[in-house]
Amino acid sequence: MSEQIDLAPQRRKGTKGDVVLEVSGLDVSFPSGDGPVRAVRGVDYTLRRGEVLGIVGESGSGKSVTSMAVMRLLPTTARVSGEVRFDGRDLLGLSETEMTRIRGSRISMIFQDPMTSLNPVYTIGAQIAEAVRAHHDVSKQAALDRAVELLDKVRIPNARDRAGSFPHELSGGMRQRVVIAIAMANDPDVIIADEPTTALDVTVQAQIMDALSAAKEETGAAMVLITHDLGVIAGQADRVMVMYAGKLVEVGSAEDVFYTPRMPYTLGLLGSLPRMDRPSERLTPIPGSPPSVVNMPPGCPFGPRCPKHTAVCDETEPELRATTGPDHLAACHHAETLAGASADDVFDTEVADAQALHQLAEEGRP
Amino acid sequence: MTAVETQTLLSVRNVVKHFPIRSKGLVRRQIGAVQAVSDVSFDLAEGETLGLVGESGCGKSTTARVVLNLIPATSGEVLYKGRDLTSLSRSDLRGLRRELQIVFQDPYASLDPRLPVNEIIAEPLRIHGLYSDGGRDKVRQLMQTVGLKPEHGNRYAHEFSGGQRQRIGIARALALRPKLLVLDEPVSALDVSIQAGVLNLLDELQAELGLSYLFVSHDLSVVRHIADRIAVMYLGQIVEIGTAEQLFTAPAHPYTQALISAIPLPDPRKERARERITVVGDLPSPANPPSGCRFRTRCPKFANELTTEQQSRCVEQPPELTDRGDGHPVSCHYAESRTLL
Repeated sequence: MSEQIDLAPQRRKGTKGDVVLEVSGLDVSFPSGDGPVRAVRGVDYTLRRGEVLGIVGESGSGKSVTSMAVMRLLPTTARVSGEVRFDGRDLLGLSETEMTRIRGSRISMIFQDPMTSLNPVYTIGAQIAEAVRAHHDVSKQAALDRAVELLDKVRIPNARDRAGSFPHELSGGMRQRVVIAIAMANDPDVIIADEPTTALDVTVQAQIMDALSAAKEETGAAMVLITHDLGVIAGQADRVMVMYAGKLVEVGSAEDVFYTPRMPYTLGLLGSLPRMDRPSERLTPIPGSPPSVVNMPPGCPFGPRCPKHTAVCDETEPELRATTGPDHLAACHHAETLAGASADDVFDTEVADAQALHQLAEEGRP
Repeated sequence: MTAVETQTLLSVRNVVKHFPIRSKGLVRRQIGAVQAVSDVSFDLAEGETLGLVGESGCGKSTTARVVLNLIPATSGEVLYKGRDLTSLSRSDLRGLRRELQIVFQDPYASLDPRLPVNEIIAEPLRIHGLYSDGGRDKVRQLMQTVGLKPEHGNRYAHEFSGGQRQRIGIARALALRPKLLVLDEPVSALDVSIQAGVLNLLDELQAELGLSYLFVSHDLSVVRHIADRIAVMYLGQIVEIGTAEQLFTAPAHPYTQALISAIPLPDPRKERARERITVVGDLPSPANPPSGCRFRTRCPKFANELTTEQQSRCVEQPPELTDRGDGHPVSCHYAESRTLL
């Protein structure tokens, strides 16, 4: 390598624990025929250097939209309000040109489907080099050398040869590594990974999680990890935020959220998961389905599915408040009553209509 | 649920399924074959659940479809109550179809968008000429059984959520009172809180109706929950088969071990303290599988623990699926059970 690329000539990286990203009062809504769809409602969080913040939630909970809003990648019809402070500036107030300078260099993003994040007509080496050259004034050769170095870091074998491959020549796992290489190309401060392993097979998932950890170590970036997979969160996240119907409903360390949940929804999610490490036991599903985020009624959005539900839940929507410790927050009027409760204490496990089922069985008998 | 010794309902014997690869141009000569399923055998007892697990491309769904004769087997036998489904005439097969039903993965694509739900559930009854005999009531009862409101029968599939649609698919499959349900990734498209409801429903149906399930899934946690016995597939072959307990407490094939170790546990302390067995690389092409043991190209044991002399056995000799002292059949020359959970 002839020319060394100094990635951050005038940039000084802060120390671990410094706040890098601060989101406050983030609201996102989309206009629709039935009224505004309130996809994100008043989300606040801070992200510190070197930490992994996990965002979990089911489809439609607003976990992806939250991050797309931070990256300013939502369609122009979206109404975004609130504040996203990064490096002393509010990202929501920046011009598109200024934002382009930050996107991909200071904050980078990894999406679920690596086939659509890569350009099918360029070699992967060229695409990584392009990401380097977009933010650094270096020669093509130097950028390509850097691309090979990055491919090597995400453990792609024979990196120099592989750099000449097109995306379709690679497997899904390999492509996702290329996307990770692009994300780390400019030594970002924040990496946002949105369901990075969801489309992949489990053995490949494990490899990708390793590559992501390597990327995080290498760049020292803080990471926002968005996933529906509680197992991935348990293994990777330092802090966890649980989203439901566009709001944060529980926030805490991984241990807080997994071992002493204080929001019935979190407890229900954990009870719904079949566990590989235990002999089969009855699951506790959450009844009903998530509410529509158009014209939401007042009160707790989880109320209609919640067995702890009382009159107060219909009147006021609970705010996040401290529970087992100052950093463990839950949005539930009855958070305290969950102390020591397991999912099947709170939720009913029966799902079939026992009587109808019995009748069906009777008829079938000769 | 523990399997009581009962009669074998389904017996799959040496099933092979090859899909031809054809050349381009007019002649479209066959130039090779994708060996989707290569010599798969297993038994399923009455009232039992057999889980078929593996990653994409391992042939688990193809196996399930061959069992129902939805795609013809290249060779091998599928014995249902002693009769070979692969050699039955269409009309004989049709009678038996009532007893063998399938629930598909995608509840969005598997329901006709132009039919109201009660018609979707009634369709199998009509096809088999059973609707005239109190069909309306049967449909209402089926909807109630799977936890749907019968008064919603006039709605269309798109008006239901994913979990509800999957229940519609299950009600349709139950309409003909089958003995065997093939469930092809029935909960993979659902969110966890919804998935649990469908799994519980399947448990309850099985307990009450005495159904047998062939449960195809890539999700080992789900399979451990629902299955009595589990077969792990890799590149068209079963590499290990045993009770759920045996497979999870003492997996002996390196692939099973890698699979179990790759699935993250939703428990931070346990997850972070776990021993990892990682597999390298990607699935080889099923059109040109490796010689000898098909897993050897990715096998951590082959790469790290075996001597060159031992390795040559993996390269030359395909391991057979037999009990090697681990209490259940494994196809690995150097099988050795380990505790991973």
